Amino acid sequence: MTRPEATVTVLHSRIELALHRLRDGDGAPLLHLHGLGERSPTAVPGHLAGWPGPIWALDFTGHGASGMPVGGGYFCELLMADVDAALAHLGPTILYGRGLGAYVALLTAGARPDLVRGAILDDGPGLKGGGPEPTTPYVLPEPLETPGPPDPYALFELSHDVRPADYATTYARLAATLSGLDVALAVCAQVRPPWLAAVAAEPGVREIDRSGALALFAAP
Amino acid sequence: MTDVPDAAGYPGARGPERTRAIVSHGIRLAVHEWGERDAPPLVLAHGGFDFARTFDVFAPMLAEAGWRIVAWDQRGHGDSQHAALYSWEADLRDVVAVVDSVSRDPLPIVGHSKGGGITVQFASALPHRVSHLVNLDGLPSRRSMPDVPDHERTKLMADELGTWLDFRRNVVGRSRRPGTIDELAERRGRMNPRLSREWLRYLVTVGGRRDADGWRWKIDPALRMGGFGPWRAQWAMARLPGLSMPLLAVLGLQPETMSSGTQPADIEPSLPPGARIVGLEDTGHFVHIEQPRRVAELVLDFLGTPA
Repeated sequence: MTRPEATVTVLHSRIELALHRLRDGDGAPLLHLHGLGERSPTAVPGHLAGWPGPIWALDFTGHGASGMPVGGGYFCELLMADVDAALAHLGPTILYGRGLGAYVALLTAGARPDLVRGAILDDGPGLKGGGPEPTTPYVLPEPLETPGPPDPYALFELSHDVRPADYATTYARLAATLSGLDVALAVCAQVRPPWLAAVAAEPGVREIDRSGALALFAAP
Repeated sequence: MTDVPDAAGYPGARGPERTRAIVSHGIRLAVHEWGERDAPPLVLAHGGFDFARTFDVFAPMLAEAGWRIVAWDQRGHGDSQHAALYSWEADLRDVVAVVDSVSRDPLPIVGHSKGGGITVQFASALPHRVSHLVNLDGLPSRRSMPDVPDHERTKLMADELGTWLDFRRNVVGRSRRPGTIDELAERRGRMNPRLSREWLRYLVTVGGRRDADGWRWKIDPALRMGGFGPWRAQWAMARLPGLSMPLLAVLGLQPETMSSGTQPADIEPSLPPGARIVGLEDTGHFVHIEQPRRVAELVLDFLGTPA
């Protein structure tokens, strides 16, 4: 049942994204979304080993084996469309997101409630973003050196994108009301920036540990 | 620098005297200039889905008063390079690159619509680079947010998100729809209903290119109107009170498709000391196109003698 890791290329606009198959299995796939500056794991992480179905992992634009744009221009909704490009390949999927990937999982769950059949939001780099309001504006005076992934423009731009609590809860409500799931989102993260604290308090959201979250969404 | 021939065809319109290219964070931007090379510089920032040559009537009026007018096509717009990604922050960095290519001394900046919003942020982040700031109908207020019930807003959001993701899935290989000059002018007229057909036809000839199967707008087909995101009008408004340079805000008071709907009373409480605000009756969002002479006079009076 386990086959060697394979990588599929999916296209989002002009960027080629690396979608890695970490493990085969029966049932709905779980898609791993890494944190800010990270890349997909090369093997199934221990805490996800209990998932019965296939496990995939996506490298976001500018990360891991995915393409790197010239000149930056990152925002979280763009990464949501990265995930949507993966969903076009995978079909209905459960998302597991770390840090930045958790926020992007939330956005995708709200925007594609028919394709995201549950999302697990966990700790990881980039969980907070820039907080609920804009910080003092700063403009890069000179181009950044881009030696390779992760793209420093991604690190710069996605470390201070604004995440208001009521913006995040809009996506939680879309997921809860349009997915038809009793529980659409599972919050495992220990750290609770304002957006995540607000999401955790929404109907259709369960605060639960990782193995509980996997069991919740693995059930037929 | 290369000389750009005048594109005749609209009364008072004059193409830039010079066009040059700069590179901003790896993206090539087309920079257009009107007026004497050694005159004091004045930078113009166009709005979303526009391009520098929408200033073909307005810019020459300012140049004739003794200014060197510098405008650029935002990334993906006009003659500038199409990028893989577009964002407000990337546009803001491009302002720095353009201004750096002109002067290290503070200079006056005029921004329309989205260009007005970006230049307010530029002036807020880098106050030492801006001597005067003019905002042309680019100050969205709370009023611009649709007043609809929560559940209705959620429905609108769900539709918008799904439509946008569907669009992103199909961007690859996409091109703008070709047509005759009249057809392109007609399409643009739906978003710019107050602008004359004659002007819109002229815009096609400077903002479009002629392919074998017809005219196409040069703008990147990956760019799409509308959108969503965590942005709030009050965040932009909160940048105003702290601005240190003289500010002139010109509002088009006639509501229309593209306008923010902002009224003087919406922004008066947020204006920094000494700011001027002028509301133009019977004028829509494109104040400098509907009333180029009036707006040029307001700007020239505000800036004083070029120095």
